Amino acid sequence: MSSHADLATYNFAYLDEQTKRMIRRAILKAIAIPGYQVPFASREMPMPYGWGTGGVQVTASIIGADDVLKVIDQGADDTTNAVSIRAFFQKVADIAVTTKTDEATIIQTRHRIPETRLKSNQVLVYQVPIPEPLRFLEPRETETRKMHALEEYGLMHVKLYEDIARNGHIATTYSYPVKVQGRYVMSPSPTPKFDNPKMHMSDALQLFGAGREKRIYAVPPHTEVVSLDFEDHPFEVQKFDRPCALCGAEHVYLDEVILDDKGGRMFVCSDTDHCEDRRADGHVGELLAKPQEAAE
Amino acid sequence: MTDSPLLKVNDLSKFYGTRHGCRNVAFELWPGEVLAIVGESGSGKTTLLNCLSTRLTPTTGSVEYQMRDGSFRDLYHMSEAERRFLMRTDWGFVHQNPADGLRMTVSAGANVGERLMAVGNRHYGNIRATATDWLTRVEIGVDRIDDQPRAFSGGMRQRLQIARNLVTGPRLVFMDEPTGGLDVSVQARLLDLVRGLVSDLGLSAIIVTHDLAVARLLSHRMLVMKDGHVIEQGLTDRVLDDPHEPYTQLLVSSILQV
Amino acid sequence: MATPLVVSEVFKSFTMHLRDGIRLPVVSDASFSVAAGECVVLGGPSGIGKSSILKMLYGNYAVDSGQILVSHRGRFVDIASADPRTVLAVRRDTLGYVSQFLRTVPRVAALDVVAEPLISRGEDPISARQKAGELLEKLNLPKALWQLPPATFSGGEQQRVNIARGFITDHAVLLLDEPTASLDAMNRKVVVAMIEAKKKAGVALLGIFHDEEVREAVADRILDVSEFSPQRRAA
Repeated sequence: MSSHADLATYNFAYLDEQTKRMIRRAILKAIAIPGYQVPFASREMPMPYGWGTGGVQVTASIIGADDVLKVIDQGADDTTNAVSIRAFFQKVADIAVTTKTDEATIIQTRHRIPETRLKSNQVLVYQVPIPEPLRFLEPRETETRKMHALEEYGLMHVKLYEDIARNGHIATTYSYPVKVQGRYVMSPSPTPKFDNPKMHMSDALQLFGAGREKRIYAVPPHTEVVSLDFEDHPFEVQKFDRPCALCGAEHVYLDEVILDDKGGRMFVCSDTDHCEDRRADGHVGELLAKPQEAAE
Repeated sequence: MTDSPLLKVNDLSKFYGTRHGCRNVAFELWPGEVLAIVGESGSGKTTLLNCLSTRLTPTTGSVEYQMRDGSFRDLYHMSEAERRFLMRTDWGFVHQNPADGLRMTVSAGANVGERLMAVGNRHYGNIRATATDWLTRVEIGVDRIDDQPRAFSGGMRQRLQIARNLVTGPRLVFMDEPTGGLDVSVQARLLDLVRGLVSDLGLSAIIVTHDLAVARLLSHRMLVMKDGHVIEQGLTDRVLDDPHEPYTQLLVSSILQV
Repeated sequence: MATPLVVSEVFKSFTMHLRDGIRLPVVSDASFSVAAGECVVLGGPSGIGKSSILKMLYGNYAVDSGQILVSHRGRFVDIASADPRTVLAVRRDTLGYVSQFLRTVPRVAALDVVAEPLISRGEDPISARQKAGELLEKLNLPKALWQLPPATFSGGEQQRVNIARGFITDHAVLLLDEPTASLDAMNRKVVVAMIEAKKKAGVALLGIFHDEEVREAVADRILDVSEFSPQRRAA
């Protein structure tokens, strides 16, 4: 590859070794204290904040030459953010990439957890914009740190209370706060609450990186992750009243796709890899079935 | 009446560098007793209040509080977790500016319910019922339960702050100029409300005020402060009707009518 | 039974710091006692210190020296030296005071103003309010006013609320500072009858009555306060 010549100007995976050491230490500490936000000296990355600089630094620090990387954005492997981060690591680390959940050893994600159950040899790296779940109610960092330290989490329920008071039910659908291993309240990053149950007792290691906010946190494998709720308003995931229009999958997270300017729309799997796999296995959704019916 | 005080303050001083905020303050507060701390701006009354309520660490001296189990604990030998727990369960703190004591961007109901959730209440229906009850007690229409305090008048905000503090049934409430900044008719309503709640609930309270009429109406006992020192103390009507110290006489003679 | 109220060698002066610290002696060596069932009236010209004596006895004024002993729950409490908490307990249970003017609390209904001393002693609010109503009825306060705060009442109406509040409890010692000053003849008679009833119940009463008729009717003994006047001693 012609890009090999340029590699001399970069260390493996872009970050210098001292920085990687520093980040690995933060990651180890985060794993040791599940759900606790470890401060780290976040570096400038060759992309703007909000594009996954936290996740990229975590990935850069754990990735090895033999790793296979998958990057997803809103569940898809082919969106701008996913494509450019994948290209970035191909360039600076020369590693193998994939869109197949099964084949990946590191999955960097924004917004989704894959529908396929993760395995113990996989690491899920989340890009996190705002790591502090208490932030919207308590703007002082000194105070939120103290609240975590002293396990004062009443405020989190104030937010849920407000939801119910306003909407009659808990209307928070993403960044839905969870309690990790009975101790720290954690923001799962802007994943839909649909994915919250997948975090619980996962076989895979889950790492969270917030570049702008300079925080790393983690959920080690086989860790309890419980979504907060009220006794009389228990936690529930979104339910979809129809299957995926392309692969017919049920009990998966669906995206709405507008088809025309006459109100036509369809609901399809947000996880593109999952959808493709199912179609490859012969599953057919309503939309793809129709032309066949017409042909018959 | 129990035969031991709720709060024992010994030789309390707070220095800011070489200046002192308050100096050698000692007193006891008994269950059900309302104590007013009066004095002009800069006399050290707010410093004292903050030192008593763990908001400011005193330089010397001790503040002992009788816990619910009857044991006395020095506030400044407790862990921060214990102190904060005390603050949001057994104590209340009513700020002069309600915005300092309320969450202005969450609803009135959530403001009242926060302490309940903080102590582990996880039943929405019960929390809401308790909040409704408390809004009624502080004369805020139940139809305002989902409104944010930003939409409330000053008097309503102050009443909401009081409800928010009293919902956990505290035994001791600190108030810093609770009627400051309210107009007279609103003040009267608030004072009457506080007076009623304090006597109905058997609360102990420490109220900082520069308004002697407030002290007269609410308190049993008074401390007069000047330059960081308590210069006179005693039964409220004794201090106001027969002030001894020159400064107290000046203070009493300076008001239009107590 | 112990004498309910004993005053012994009480001295009182005011130091006016705002007027170059001049010292105004008002009471000098006052000693007297009031027995149960007795009504003692403080006599003498105005400005001689009658009100000051009542205020010292109630703890409103500090004394320079001397003792004010009130028989409270089977023991003597010296009001002159007791701590505020004790003074408040004595006021709640033993020592009542009817002042000339009612210090009104905003927004509290007249009926509740009267019932409050009973409620603060732990009596059931419903029966306390009922007793308050009986007293206000006796004092001819129009029923229409009962639920209103007394701040807007006339002087006579306020005074009747004040009297009812002072008389509602069974305090063993009652201090009366011109309770009939702004009452008409009919209501003065009612108050005189109420004082008589208190005497029969064994209450020790000490009062100031400028109205001669009332004074004649209630006084067992007139105590000439000018005997305790510092001016007399100086002369």
